[in-house]
Amino acid sequence: MSDVSQDNDNERGKLFGGDFDIKRVLLEGRAFFALIAIIVIFSILSPVYFSTSNFLTMSSHVAIFGLLSLGMLLVILTGGIDLSVGSTLGLAGVFAGFLMQGVSFEILGVVFYPPVWVVVILTCGLGALVGAINGVLIAYFKVPAFVATLGLLYVARGVALLMTDGLTYNNLGGSPELGNTGFDWLGFNRLFGVPVGVLILAVVAIACILLLARTPFGRWVYSTGGNARAAELSGVPVKRVQVLVYVLSGICAAIAGLVLSSQLTSAGPTAGTTYELTAIAGVVIGGAALTGGRGNVRGTLLGAFVIGFLSDGLVIIGVSSYWQTVFTGAVIILAVLLNSIQYSGRKKQQASSDGKTTSPQPESAAERSPASGSTAGKAGTQS
Amino acid sequence: MNEHATSQEGTLGKVILSARNIAKSFGNVHALKAVNFDVHYGQVTTLFGENGAGKSTLMKILSGVMQPSSGEIILEGEPVRFSSTTEAQRQGISIIHQELSLAPNLSVRDNVFMGREIVGKGGVDYAEESRQTRQLMEELDEPIDPLTPVEDLRLGQQQIVEIARALSVNSRILIMDEPTSALSASEVEVLFRVIRDLKSRGVSLVYISHHLEEALTITDHAVVLRDGRMTAYAARQEIDLEWIVRNMVGENFDLGSPPDGYAMGDAVLSIEGITIPDVSVPGRAVVDDVSLSVRAGEIVCIYGLMGAGRTELLESVAGRGNMAAGRVLLHGEDISRLSIAERIEKGLVLVPEDRQRDGLVQTMSVGENLSLASIGAFTKGLLTSRGRERHVVRESISNVHIKTDGSAASIGSLSGGNQQKVVIGKMMATHPRVVLLDEPSRGIDIGAKAEVFRLLSEGAAQQGLAVVFSTSEVGECLSIAHRIVVMSRGRIAAEFGADANKEEIMAASGEAVVA
Repeated sequence: MSDVSQDNDNERGKLFGGDFDIKRVLLEGRAFFALIAIIVIFSILSPVYFSTSNFLTMSSHVAIFGLLSLGMLLVILTGGIDLSVGSTLGLAGVFAGFLMQGVSFEILGVVFYPPVWVVVILTCGLGALVGAINGVLIAYFKVPAFVATLGLLYVARGVALLMTDGLTYNNLGGSPELGNTGFDWLGFNRLFGVPVGVLILAVVAIACILLLARTPFGRWVYSTGGNARAAELSGVPVKRVQVLVYVLSGICAAIAGLVLSSQLTSAGPTAGTTYELTAIAGVVIGGAALTGGRGNVRGTLLGAFVIGFLSDGLVIIGVSSYWQTVFTGAVIILAVLLNSIQYSGRKKQQASSDGKTTSPQPESAAERSPASGSTAGKAGTQS
Repeated sequence: MNEHATSQEGTLGKVILSARNIAKSFGNVHALKAVNFDVHYGQVTTLFGENGAGKSTLMKILSGVMQPSSGEIILEGEPVRFSSTTEAQRQGISIIHQELSLAPNLSVRDNVFMGREIVGKGGVDYAEESRQTRQLMEELDEPIDPLTPVEDLRLGQQQIVEIARALSVNSRILIMDEPTSALSASEVEVLFRVIRDLKSRGVSLVYISHHLEEALTITDHAVVLRDGRMTAYAARQEIDLEWIVRNMVGENFDLGSPPDGYAMGDAVLSIEGITIPDVSVPGRAVVDDVSLSVRAGEIVCIYGLMGAGRTELLESVAGRGNMAAGRVLLHGEDISRLSIAERIEKGLVLVPEDRQRDGLVQTMSVGENLSLASIGAFTKGLLTSRGRERHVVRESISNVHIKTDGSAASIGSLSGGNQQKVVIGKMMATHPRVVLLDEPSRGIDIGAKAEVFRLLSEGAAQQGLAVVFSTSEVGECLSIAHRIVVMSRGRIAAEFGADANKEEIMAASGEAVVA
């Protein structure tokens, strides 16, 4: 934003010693500075923290949350929420594991071993299906997003448990004779020394940036979250936009499920439990507003890295997992607190600019004030 | 109850509350300028004025919602200051807002005592509350059971519950802001009976209404506000409808005249028998069998009071809302089944009434708002073209003369008039053939108003646009419109040419409906 009010404030800030700018920069770039602070603090506390290999390891953990957070960002930008992503992640992993074991067709008496690329496509399709159910419930049946996705959280988890009877698929390697090797490539392997999961995150992030910044759909997402009524009257297909963001969120969760089960070389039905909350936290730390319309990919990625680097750092310096939970919670609260400061500050600025800006907008002064010509005289009793 | 009021030694007609030189400014905006205003004991004083004349601001000051910038309020000879509505209530002044402030899920009893529950030994004394509520409702001749949920009551009855609540705090002065705007004729009858009853019990009333003739039947004094000043004051027996209209409207700023010197085309938009049911009252229609046809290059003004069905009609033509019957034809093609987006594509757009709620996306910049409806025009393949978008936005900014320091400015940094031009510019960027505007002049100053009207007039004359705009200010009908259609209670009540006069338009709109 480069509106008048801000420029005015900047000038005023300089008049009063210039600290205003610094506060502003700190506030707007808080996720970035938080990440720097985390890296510096843990590098001091632990000699192993600041190393390329550790960063890559931590990044491959971040990849999971990052993927979920990107999907979540799309949903939150429209003013919704998707609580089902953690379960969808678990279900996707189990589904992939199930396919890797081979699908037997008893009538034909054959067992079909789909190649990995088919597994990936089918799993993403499953994620899209879960998202589509969410989206249709929310957009067309007017079920509140919180409730619809909470329901799917349970259903997806239940289905995952049913599929495996609560057990974990351990044999995901496939075999060369069956032509279904390569599953480990998704998360376990490295390309040019970088974990493939991290590269997948990067690709999805770039796709999201393009989607949000350069396509009509991206504009529709922002306008739906900013003011759905106005968007609808401007010809934005609000309902289709809502369905599609949940579909994309489901696909992101499925990709995360594939990467995670590849990293672990096993697929358990309880994988990803409570990950939806971490994903939301990442989006919020990244500066997006839960009311919709505000937020971006860069912030969300930073948010995911803040959470990932913080919790891994706490593990490395040997803080108990109980304290980790406390720290993570505190960071989330702090982030939301700063969000509300930022957005209420923005509103106040606008309100004050309505009153005080006179030169750039001569009209605002005269706003709602009556025509000067018609009021003179005529006062007093008449009958 | 009402011991206070009845023990009052006031003679009928004595001034009980008066405002002296009240002024109120919001920043540079002067909503009220040195207004004097008297409320008479046991009588009704009605405040007349157009939208934005300052009626509501004055009432908010009298009831403690706002504090005046200068001037004083004198209650029974003593200057008083209300820092809150509670304080005003303690002094016996209550206000009933246009939007009722009842909790629909609670019972009549709970609403009457909301926030002032009678606490007995074992918690809230519901029996006593019920007894008092029943007594109040009986006094008001509306014996509603105290345990009835408010949402089950008709609007008129809900209003009486509000009155009961005001009486239960011993209100001596009751301010009613547009109490009849949503009532049926028989409900108005009941309300007026209650008002007469209150008068006889020594309650003084301040009444605001757009239904002029209706208000004349109940009032004892008339005060007219215009542009934040009191322009006239008189007792009921000295005045008539014509006097009120003359003082309300005054001489208007010139908003232009109907464009001429070109031939109008064929009918572009035809509305046939549109009927829209009222969601809150089954069996009633907010728009009742309305037909209208507009030619290319023609400007039609729809005049009507609040609740006349203008907004519902325009929204359903644009594709929002539930039409029960009727058809919308654009260039002879039935578009009744099409979505809003498809109608925009066919060249029919709506500039909605409430630009904050329906027109603008506050989280987006001026440029993003302007290009929102025409994204298709600058999309190549999957991606939008930034260069093309900049071009569209720059064109819009210059076409509708938006004063902004760039397309990246936040929408909140613009004045109301410029925000309105953004909404208009956004819809114009889709190159429409028919433009519907619902109260395009609402909340914008006279200069911006004139500019908006000039834009519409140019659009009609130069591009052959068919323009339909609605208004509740009679002065605006007599500006650029070739034809004036008056709506009243969901129906077209009358149609006039550009040479109509204010009095006949207002009379047709139902401002002359006798209760």
